[in-house]
Amino acid sequence: MEILTAENVSKEFSNHKALDAFSISIPQQSIFGLLGPNGAGKTTFIRIINQILNPDTGKIFLNGERLRPKHIASIGYLPEERGLYKKMKVGEQALYLAQLKGITKKDATEKLKDWFRKFDILPWWNRKVEELSKGMQQKIQFVVTVLHNPKLLIFDEPFSGFDPINVNILKDEILKLREEGATIIFSTHNMSSVEELCDNIVLIDNAKKILEGRVDDLKMEFKSDVYELILKGSGTRLKGILPDAYEMISVQAINGLKEVRVKLPAGSSPNELLQTLIPEFEIHSFHEILPSMNDIFIEQVNKNKTKYKAG
Amino acid sequence: MGKTSLIIQREYLSRVKKKSFIIMSILGPLLMAAMMIVPIYVATLESDEEKNIEILDETGWFYNKFKDKDKLKFTYTFTDLETAKQEFFEKEIHALLYIPKTELSLPTTATLYSDKQVNIQVKDYLENIMETVVENKKLEASGIDPQVLKSAEVNFRLSTMTIEEDGEEKKSFTEVSMVLGIFAGIMIYFFIFLFGAQVMRGVIEEKTSRIVEIIVSSVRPFQLMMGKIVGIALVGLTQFLIWIVFTLIIVTGFTTAFSDKLPAETAEKFSAGNQLMQVEQLQQNAPSQDEITKVFEAIFSVNYNVMIFSFIIYFLGGYLLYAALFAAIGSAVDNETDTQQFMLPITIPMIFAIIMAQFVINNPESSMSFWLSIIPLTSPIIMMVRIPFGVPYWELGLSIGLLILGFLATTWLAGKIYRTGILMYGTKVNYKTLWKWIRLRD
Repeated sequence: MEILTAENVSKEFSNHKALDAFSISIPQQSIFGLLGPNGAGKTTFIRIINQILNPDTGKIFLNGERLRPKHIASIGYLPEERGLYKKMKVGEQALYLAQLKGITKKDATEKLKDWFRKFDILPWWNRKVEELSKGMQQKIQFVVTVLHNPKLLIFDEPFSGFDPINVNILKDEILKLREEGATIIFSTHNMSSVEELCDNIVLIDNAKKILEGRVDDLKMEFKSDVYELILKGSGTRLKGILPDAYEMISVQAINGLKEVRVKLPAGSSPNELLQTLIPEFEIHSFHEILPSMNDIFIEQVNKNKTKYKAG
Repeated sequence: MGKTSLIIQREYLSRVKKKSFIIMSILGPLLMAAMMIVPIYVATLESDEEKNIEILDETGWFYNKFKDKDKLKFTYTFTDLETAKQEFFEKEIHALLYIPKTELSLPTTATLYSDKQVNIQVKDYLENIMETVVENKKLEASGIDPQVLKSAEVNFRLSTMTIEEDGEEKKSFTEVSMVLGIFAGIMIYFFIFLFGAQVMRGVIEEKTSRIVEIIVSSVRPFQLMMGKIVGIALVGLTQFLIWIVFTLIIVTGFTTAFSDKLPAETAEKFSAGNQLMQVEQLQQNAPSQDEITKVFEAIFSVNYNVMIFSFIIYFLGGYLLYAALFAAIGSAVDNETDTQQFMLPITIPMIFAIIMAQFVINNPESSMSFWLSIIPLTSPIIMMVRIPFGVPYWELGLSIGLLILGFLATTWLAGKIYRTGILMYGTKVNYKTLWKWIRLRD
């Protein structure tokens, strides 16, 4: 079941295409990574979902219904460029933003107090925002985003401005939100957190979708048959034994053992490699190296760039 | 609708609770009251004093022509100028009038020496007498008896009346109309600039603090803009209401406390307030009880229903028209210093209107006045100046109609700039970019 579907969404700003026939579908109760270099069109897409912008063409469906103003209440959005009224009191401000999302004042007060207690910011309720540290302000923004229990949450670079401890608290909260049934669109340049959190991703470059899929599937798809071996013996001897078709990528010494990365020739199986080595070496470990999301990101964007230039 | 009223509420409360608002609310009436009370108070202090003026007349034409009047006493001296000046501080005199000898021509110049500023009324009085004397001499020289001429002089008093459609006749008084009209126009001018700038600053604040994207994910940008404009309008109205009420309280308080100590005439001036004072100054002659009643009559002769009704309409209409433009400017820039380049289209019509107000007072029926009071950019000020002189209802209707259309147009235009502008950070914006934003599709 998809919570959000986009069909051929395009948006143009004075002769510059921000989104070009962009289509995706986001499965319910998943964490969906929206990736891409700066200026690729991610923010435009996010703003279209939030109905801040209207697409020129194309359709967006939320839970099978055409996106309409009433859906604002079921979306929570934490923008990349975010701030608060500096002169306003913390509690007052959080209440105001919550009420704008359509929660009653009474409900909002109760829920806010719970969240503030959880994040250790309750004592700041009556202080002005300008007296707070940046991290605390970020916590308040996070709370305000999730307060109305939205079915769809959109986080644009949610971890910027947080220290590592708070990043972990936040990650836990995000995972908890998914367990409780929310779907999360997660836009970031931090690829390690993508690997950690995301179930699916879409990669946008130059207003177009260039890659899409489950994180695990993509890693399998883009693996380049590199295996890592830990063995006893010398590297030069290994080189002598291995047929030329095998490419040795790196050799590192670890505690008297060697950690070697080998790329298999096309069409050969890892078993063949093991059969060659077992008679000669004592093997401690053998496993496949999958590409990181970071590698995939860079490779795909660069590939797209050359294609774009050539085309 | 609920969300817009939430925004209005926040905009209103966050400003009314500010220290600067409270200080302005207290200082404003104090200043206004002081402006009314102090001149009258000073005037009463002055009038207690008797003024001696010494005349040194080398021509001999003016001997005994200066008659003592109210608090003015005249003495004549026959020394030369140097001695008279030296003796100035020994004798208790306020001023020395020196009329130098002329050989062939008639005396037309004189000098008034004094150690303090001589007030305008004294100066006028002296000039008047000297003019009459020289005129009479001229008449005599051409063989006309001044007495004959005087008897031939007709004092024709033209009292102007305006006829209302219901057949009622009213005396019209130009001076009162002038003051009321100009006062209303200036009030509107200040209101637009003061609170329009607040709208702009509010938009810039939301942009620089980066809260705007959070808010527009819950409400439409247009709602946010209108909420802000309306909220600040209410702040302005509250401020003015406080000012009017407090000023009245202070002035009436002062009047009742001091009325027994002041001459009846001045006390009466108090109760009529500031406008009356200015009216009196316009009427060159010394005020008499009779004239004061006339001024009262004049003040009450203005059609207040029309005046108040149109004041509210133009006050709000003018503000709304310009506030939308102020909001658009705020959305297009990243900080207040960048606003300068876009302020011109707002300030020019406004300042032009204030400058033209002078012309309109003198020619309320001219075609220039008509057009300026019809065009929405200047009509809030110019129409208010014209109304006390009487404006046909169809003109008023047309002007208000166009003002409403103008307000809708600027708001629509501003809304387009606003919704794009608020999300643009760090882009250099010029008129060309604004035009692009206006043409962007939804």
